[in-house]
Amino acid sequence: MHYCPGCSHGVVHKLIAEVIAEMGMEEQTIGVSPVGCAVFAYNYIDIDWEEAAHGRAPALATAIKRLWPERLVFSYQGDGDIGAIGTAETVHALNRGEHITMIFVNNTVYGMTGGQMAPTTLIGQKTVTCPYGREEDIQGYPLRIPELACTLDGTRYVTRQSVHSVAAIRKCKAAIKKAFMNSMEGGGSNLIEILGTCSSGWKTTPEKANQWMEENMFKFYQVGDLKDR
Amino acid sequence: MKKETVLMKGNEAIAHAAVRCGCDGYFGYPITPQSEVLETLAAIKPWETTGMVVLQCESEIAAINMLYGGGGTGKRVMTSSSSIGIALMQEGISYMAGAEIPAVIVNVQRGGPGLGTIQPSQADYFQATRGGGNGDYETPVLAPASVQEMADMVEESFQLAFKYRTPVMILSDGVIGQMMEKCVLPEQRPRRTNEEVIAECPWAATGWRRADRKERNVITSVDLDPARFEQFNLKLQAKYKEIRDNEVRYELITPEGAELQGDINKVEADLAIVAFGSAARISQKVIQLAKEDGLRVALLRPITVWPYPYEQVKLLAERVQGILCVEINAGQMVTDVQLAVQGRVPVEHYGRLGGIIPDPAEVYEALRKMWHK
Repeated sequence: MHYCPGCSHGVVHKLIAEVIAEMGMEEQTIGVSPVGCAVFAYNYIDIDWEEAAHGRAPALATAIKRLWPERLVFSYQGDGDIGAIGTAETVHALNRGEHITMIFVNNTVYGMTGGQMAPTTLIGQKTVTCPYGREEDIQGYPLRIPELACTLDGTRYVTRQSVHSVAAIRKCKAAIKKAFMNSMEGGGSNLIEILGTCSSGWKTTPEKANQWMEENMFKFYQVGDLKDR
Repeated sequence: MKKETVLMKGNEAIAHAAVRCGCDGYFGYPITPQSEVLETLAAIKPWETTGMVVLQCESEIAAINMLYGGGGTGKRVMTSSSSIGIALMQEGISYMAGAEIPAVIVNVQRGGPGLGTIQPSQADYFQATRGGGNGDYETPVLAPASVQEMADMVEESFQLAFKYRTPVMILSDGVIGQMMEKCVLPEQRPRRTNEEVIAECPWAATGWRRADRKERNVITSVDLDPARFEQFNLKLQAKYKEIRDNEVRYELITPEGAELQGDINKVEADLAIVAFGSAARISQKVIQLAKEDGLRVALLRPITVWPYPYEQVKLLAERVQGILCVEINAGQMVTDVQLAVQGRVPVEHYGRLGGIIPDPAEVYEALRKMWHK
């Protein structure tokens, strides 16, 4: 296992694996992993995978799904991948209405490279590249990808979930299942943002990380469905 | 569709050849002077006939990563662009080399650096033949000199790409892309079925059917273990050696204008020109001009510029008193000619820049000066 104690990726991986198994799609699924902490996601879910260049997972997923329309295709990405370097691929894959699901784990920092500021870092939040806290005037504002995605005509299902409690995990799993079922039906693209913790990047304990997320992230990143058609 | 003789542009020939050789997906972004490839595909709608996917992407970066994704599933995928767009694709090409993904990339070159010009150039030779992106890798590069070769090299490139699991580049230029010539298009070959793809590409990420294989397939270029990754790099290098040993292609034209199939020892000439692509077409006229003056000039045209015909250029150097390397750039392939010749005879370069295509008369003048030195 290459994830840190208290990291949310493990929980999200398990949910995806469970949904694939429940759908009976183990032999029909192709996952696309990103650059970032989840680069080795392919080590944990027993399906075929492609590991993308930083930010380009939606482009890979687009081609895979178009060439193999009968497969379940999803990308798994972090905040830097989906919301900084890969913004163009994210917006255009969503807006083309690709029959894919983009799973986006937002933990507000670049975990893999040591806790630098992400496009989703909150105002006032300290990271190693904004050590005095993110300031609007210097680093601009945190980016709400689902709010952006639901304005795009190509999207079918856009939701924000979290995995900080048992109840949240259950809801998140239902959202993943819905998005995956949608992906097999068509009708547009699907995006699930999952709020996660990064106790290493946040320089805190797993328990306090959960608490910090509830107190700070939920205010700015409101959990729930944003678009469902 | 049956075999067919047509009059068309090189760019159009690429598009038709792609459909006819059973290409599964084309992903591209408009850029002059190659936009006719995407335009032709959009007009002939192959998704209604062969089922080929054609997609205009948001950028060349997206296009090359769609090739990575699609190629990683064992499908025949291709893109085309011009110089600047190909520069943007280099990261993706490096990833594909590292993940050993077959794909075909067409560069219809224009002049640079920067935004440069939309006029033809051969100034991406170094980029194409030296890997281009990060890391130790090479890419087979075919250089067409006619509209016919534009068409033929699509299938040839797919063959190489799948044989060696590598991206393959067709290094063309604005002359070949835009000029119209007679061209024979091949008969329609059916796209492989999914079952055929799964059988032919046991390495590909097609969905892990347990009955087919014991292991799941992961298409990736990352490995953080130095010892293991060195072994992988050595494996790549062994593959490149195999390509160098087996895939060198070239054309040899005698001073009389006849094609010599490979036998360089039969060349009887005073000087030789080494040129690829459109510069080789221009050089064919130069040979005629020289012949009228009684100067015997042979032409060696590398068809693969990687792997390079070093051995053939070396043998040729033993049969002539000097070699002129004609290129539409500031002198790039001439370094490979010098490597091959190793100082045995004088090697000079003649080229034009900025989108100017050299006139046969001016090339001949350079050749004549070389002869009288």
